[in-house]
Amino acid sequence: MATYHLSVNNKPVTVTADEDTPLLWVLRDQLNLVGTKFGCGIAQCGACTVHIDGEAVRSCSFPVSAVDKSKITTIEGLSATGTHPVQAAWSEMDVAQCGYCQAGQIMAAAALLKRVPNPTDDDIDANITNICRCATHYRIRKAIHLAAKKGVKK
Amino acid sequence: MEAVSRRSFLKITSIAAGSSLVLGFNFLNDAVAGDIADAVFSPNAYITISNTGLVTLMAPNPEIGQGVKTSLPMILAEELGVKWDAIHIEMAPYDPKYGGQVAGGSGAIRGRFAPLRKAGATARQMLITAAAQQWNAKEDECYAEDGYIIHKPSGKKLSYGELAAKAATLPVPADAPLKDPKDFKIIGTRVHNVDNHKIITGQPLYGIDTRRPGMLFAMVSRPPAFGKKLKSFDDTETRKVTGVKNVVQADGVVAVLATSTWAAKKGRDKLKVVWEDASPLESTAEHEAAFAKLIETKSDNAARNDGDFDKALASGGKVIEAVYSVPNLSHAPMEPMNFFADVKDGKADLFGPTQVPQAMRSEVAKALGIPPENVTLGMPRQGGGFGRKLRPDNGVEAALISAAAKAPVQMMWTREDDIQGDYYRPASMSKYRAVISADNQLIGWHANAAVLTGGSATMRNGFPAAAIPNFRLDNHSLKSNIPTGPWRGPTANAAAFGDESFLDELAIEMKKDPIALRLELLEKAKNQPAGQAGYNIDKFKSVINLVSQMSNWGKNTNKNTHQGFAAYYSFNTYVAQVAEITLINGMPRVSKVYCAVNCGRVVNLAGAENQVEGAIIDGLSHALFSKITFDKGAAVQKNFHSYKFLRMKDAPLEVIVKFVPSEDAPTGLGEPGLPPIAPAVANAIFAATGKRYRNLPFELGAQKSAPKTRA
Repeated sequence: MATYHLSVNNKPVTVTADEDTPLLWVLRDQLNLVGTKFGCGIAQCGACTVHIDGEAVRSCSFPVSAVDKSKITTIEGLSATGTHPVQAAWSEMDVAQCGYCQAGQIMAAAALLKRVPNPTDDDIDANITNICRCATHYRIRKAIHLAAKKGVKK
Repeated sequence: MEAVSRRSFLKITSIAAGSSLVLGFNFLNDAVAGDIADAVFSPNAYITISNTGLVTLMAPNPEIGQGVKTSLPMILAEELGVKWDAIHIEMAPYDPKYGGQVAGGSGAIRGRFAPLRKAGATARQMLITAAAQQWNAKEDECYAEDGYIIHKPSGKKLSYGELAAKAATLPVPADAPLKDPKDFKIIGTRVHNVDNHKIITGQPLYGIDTRRPGMLFAMVSRPPAFGKKLKSFDDTETRKVTGVKNVVQADGVVAVLATSTWAAKKGRDKLKVVWEDASPLESTAEHEAAFAKLIETKSDNAARNDGDFDKALASGGKVIEAVYSVPNLSHAPMEPMNFFADVKDGKADLFGPTQVPQAMRSEVAKALGIPPENVTLGMPRQGGGFGRKLRPDNGVEAALISAAAKAPVQMMWTREDDIQGDYYRPASMSKYRAVISADNQLIGWHANAAVLTGGSATMRNGFPAAAIPNFRLDNHSLKSNIPTGPWRGPTANAAAFGDESFLDELAIEMKKDPIALRLELLEKAKNQPAGQAGYNIDKFKSVINLVSQMSNWGKNTNKNTHQGFAAYYSFNTYVAQVAEITLINGMPRVSKVYCAVNCGRVVNLAGAENQVEGAIIDGLSHALFSKITFDKGAAVQKNFHSYKFLRMKDAPLEVIVKFVPSEDAPTGLGEPGLPPIAPAVANAIFAATGKRYRNLPFELGAQKSAPKTRA
């Protein structure tokens, strides 16, 4: 067990955890930020995607001990009111079916748009590798293009 | 979305306190204020109107992503006569007063359309009566609109809130008139998912988000293979893990309870469990060898037998043969299995994902030896279903663990637990034979299927039954201890692949256009039916003709794109699809799918489109990648690295869905979009490459990125 001082959604938090504890479980079980979802535990599906210093990271396979001074952003911190362009596009395109994977999809898309404000379909294919079991891929693609139109700040 | 005043927000969230079921307050507008604890009008289980005007509609069926938490209240709201944005929607807990609360068989809208209309209309009629009495007016001079009863001659109006107390004193009419469908304002429109805001902002919605005071997280060690059972275990090392609070045995499994999911998992990984063989440890290779023998055998009881296939076979016509197969599949909903249970004092409080709340309650009661009335069961939004939660094993397990540990528990499965502890879409193999007469007519058809553990791969009354004079279906079940069960579009998902691919083979053999052959066969089923057709021929034609038009079938001039067609009838719904393949360096890639659907009246156009688009890509995903095989009783695929799904780069750029306009009662929609896609793609691949894929998944190999041309 060790103590970690983290920055989560621009707030300092202190947690005690085994060093191998995946960030996912620290977020969900200790900080009660349950918007980040568990899907596979092996960084395959992306349901647990968060931002670490703005980069999309699969938190199920990222140990809390590796976070260090990095800033963590979860779906709850992207914008609590749902006004981030990616969230707004998701709502407008009515993307979700069951909705379970969508927080991870939104975080992956938001990170992509920060780097590539106007992604092509090739960019989306190469960068959005999350699984959606309801298979909403067609709408996810449209929502990413729509979010690009709305504009995501670098 | 309108702003919620602080006051109304507090009022509304106060009723939500202690319950994570109350949802949707963000839809309410400022008009909602006042004391909601005051008299309410609740003429039936689905509708509550407070005297402040707060209208609460209950979504009775489990929401697994099929959209019924949105579409079922739409039916109530339509007949009640309220504005969609001004109502509050709640997921109903399990309660016998709601009737069959099932998510399965694409049945929620089918089964609920008429009763929910009646429930809404009854409430509207009572509000009209209340207003007419207040005004001393005639009821037929009053009408309902957007939450008000209006007196037509004078223009006077009273809100539902103002009328609630009075309406509550009136007798419930038995025969309230339904709206004329031409006056529908909500049904048939596009209404977005009621939980969108919560989903995009990551608010707690799902079973795994449940947090209750004193709750422990549980991970469970289950048999590592079908055929093994628990012999003994040693938890010495487990109990040394920080955070582990208890280890209990429940019904042949060992559960580790801890203060966090990670501690529970670490503790479980340190258990030393001895499993012993209880029944044979089976392998897929053995199943396939057995299938290969069975498909050469005639069953004693044909699933259907029109005319005399053997006679047709001996008639001297041309005989075409092909063997098709589909693998076992896991359901793998994105949200791994879980359940919250708190069992104490002869009572059980349960909350979690299930498609069958009624069976969940009775099975939990049975397992605990308590009366069903002592079990309360709430339902969260669920992270997918696909048939996995049609058995209540998750809730029963959680309840037994809670009872054994005497603690409230949140039981969590890992993805490995989920894929290895599923009941599976049964693998099957089918030998098809057809006879073509000298004058190029299809005179015989025999599908001889072998299916794992009581499954079926033949649709007794589906097309092309009734269109072919000598038509036989056999269905052999291979007894096995690998559990199987319903998976999205049961039976249809296997039968459609064989039936519709084989028909394509026959069309090519007969030198007929595949769509023209289907239409010709449908004409035969209409004019000279052989036995009963379980499908409506005109509806079947309606989707074939529409998709033919949408896809510009037969008029493709792009040398690089190739089309394949398939159509299937399931859950009372007709679906026809054209898949378009583009060859990229010789490798086929599905670039576009056209789909026509006849499901009667569409309730929520947005939800319906989403369901069908998803079913198509879901079906494509499994057609391309997914299979479960068994070795010595254990699933070989353990997680998403080996149990594969389609990713964005494999998804078609365009999926175009249209519904045949219909005034008929709605039919199923969660499943029927899936069965035709695998054969449509197989047929397109054949058109593109001349290679016939007869086994799922296609496993085409590493695919190039999508073609970037849009029509």
